[in-house]
Amino acid sequence: QKVSVEVLEHLEHLALVDFRDAEGVERLQKAIQFADQLHEVNTDGVEPMDSVLEDRWCLYLREDDVTEGNCTRELLENAREKVEEYFVAPPGNIPLPKLEERETFLQGS
Amino acid sequence: AALNGGLRSQVSAALKEGRVAPTELCQRCLALIRSTKFLNAYITVAEETALKQAEESEERYKRGQPLGILDGIPIAVKDNFNTAGIETTCASNMLKGYISPYNATVVQKLLDQGAVLLGKTNLDEFAMGSGSTDGVFGPVRNPWSYSKQYKEKSVPKSHPEDKESNWVITGGSSGGSAAAVSSFTCFAALGSDTGGSTRNPAAHCGVVGLKPTYGLISRHGLIPLVNSMDVPGILTRCVDDAAVLLGSLAGHDPKDSTTIQDDFKPFELPNLTDVSKLSVGIPKEYHAPGLSSEILALWSKAADLFKNAGAKVVEVSLPHTPYSIVCYHVLCTAEVASNMARFDGLEYGHRSDMKDSTESMYAATRREGFNDVVRGRILSGNYFLLKQNYEKYFVKAQKVRRLIANDFVKVFRSGVDILLTPTTLSDAAPYTEFIQEDNRTRSAQDDILTQAANMAGLPAINVPTALSERGLPVGLQFIGRSFQEKQLLTVAKWFEKQVQFPVIQLEEVKRHDSDVFQHQKSASFS
Repeated sequence: QKVSVEVLEHLEHLALVDFRDAEGVERLQKAIQFADQLHEVNTDGVEPMDSVLEDRWCLYLREDDVTEGNCTRELLENAREKVEEYFVAPPGNIPLPKLEERETFLQGS
Repeated sequence: AALNGGLRSQVSAALKEGRVAPTELCQRCLALIRSTKFLNAYITVAEETALKQAEESEERYKRGQPLGILDGIPIAVKDNFNTAGIETTCASNMLKGYISPYNATVVQKLLDQGAVLLGKTNLDEFAMGSGSTDGVFGPVRNPWSYSKQYKEKSVPKSHPEDKESNWVITGGSSGGSAAAVSSFTCFAALGSDTGGSTRNPAAHCGVVGLKPTYGLISRHGLIPLVNSMDVPGILTRCVDDAAVLLGSLAGHDPKDSTTIQDDFKPFELPNLTDVSKLSVGIPKEYHAPGLSSEILALWSKAADLFKNAGAKVVEVSLPHTPYSIVCYHVLCTAEVASNMARFDGLEYGHRSDMKDSTESMYAATRREGFNDVVRGRILSGNYFLLKQNYEKYFVKAQKVRRLIANDFVKVFRSGVDILLTPTTLSDAAPYTEFIQEDNRTRSAQDDILTQAANMAGLPAINVPTALSERGLPVGLQFIGRSFQEKQLLTVAKWFEKQVQFPVIQLEEVKRHDSDVFQHQKSASFS
């Protein structure tokens, strides 16, 4: 059961990571094949486990009090493009080019 | 002599009595790091700050006010922990040049106790791998490759140049930390453990590798891989030292809501002499395909050791063990897909020059910043999280996870105190052989014995046991009950004493102090 080009392209969009070459796609195919072994296990009546600490009620909400902050300068230091106290991004709301329009290995599939 | 001693019993005493000064210790370690550069264990050596910390420690000792056992002790930290003012790269292009603005909680705790931070150690990129071979700074070499013990057993090569290609891997992903401890360049190191990443290299490098119970030690500042399984790992040369480190690191952290709120009391390990009340479980499924006959024999011998000492040794079953690797594969890639989403080039890390749009900048940044292994896991993870696959893969894996965790609960409820298993399938492979298979295949093979403990959140420890026929370290693993580190470490310490694992005799580096342990070598385990 090979993964369709549509799904591959969808994954590239979601992950914002590309398959790069046939090896990349093959890697995914193998990963799926490997994961399919899970279906050999009978999990009827079994609840999914989110955390091993579920019995300890450890995930809590704290009071909404400000306890730290005021570190704008430190936080901006590692950003490459900034203006005053803003991180600068290229224009948003522009979707990635469609499969036919961009240079991707998947074009040939 | 101080370089080889236990922290509590020897090094701390030597420092307090002024027999050795913190600056001296620091200088010696730094010199050793320089002379063992070929191991590629360190990515960053923070020489200036380390010396400054050592000087401050020396002042405290002079005033008779050391902060504790760790005051003045040189340690190394895996390069996926944030360290303020020091580059933190995760061995990835994505974070090259990233200077952390803060210390991970565990790093802060060590510094607060006066520890001297020597540097950041090498790893597989973003801690994904079991060889410490897939980082952008190159692979880490196992110090045992240069040991007399390994060289004696090596088949003499026809060409002297081949000697260089003979080196073996450290295992991973905390290979740099394991190599650093193993080669005496530091007294202890921090690693991380998500599927075995602390215990695996500990086994291959002949050091103690402790994976604490999930929720015991803060993950704040540890760049996450799998939030529900990651733990900081501790690598030391003896079990007592691991207990010392654990004592300074464990405890609730308000900055990590997955740490339990119970009070943690640091403990000293008793010298167990009577194991007759102990029940040791031998899980039969850990006789995994591919387990070397050598390790199988060693495991069996260890079980006999307990039996002969009066402990109850029983075969137990953890029936879902064969599925833990598959389960891990799905849960890990899913969480990775989520965790790696933060790397977009905007706030920190690498940023591509692409300017057409936000999305295309993100895509280009990630293409340039991540290696194939990371990108592969992100894509797989996204696949398993697709709406049409979510129930089939992700939720299914979560259900299997519960079954795996329940296997352990059942066994521990049946009266077993501790489990004894191998840590790895074989001793360390030569690098040239290891890289013949891809990262995912290798990880799937190598994580098989260590992974389930992460699934269930249980504490586990590798104890170096004996040398293989090739002269390389082999370790065995103990898995304990949740939050019962004291019992786990007490048993591990007893076992360590019985097996008397030999000290590494590094050839390329002059070892002045190895005579300290000569008397222990006579009672070797294998």
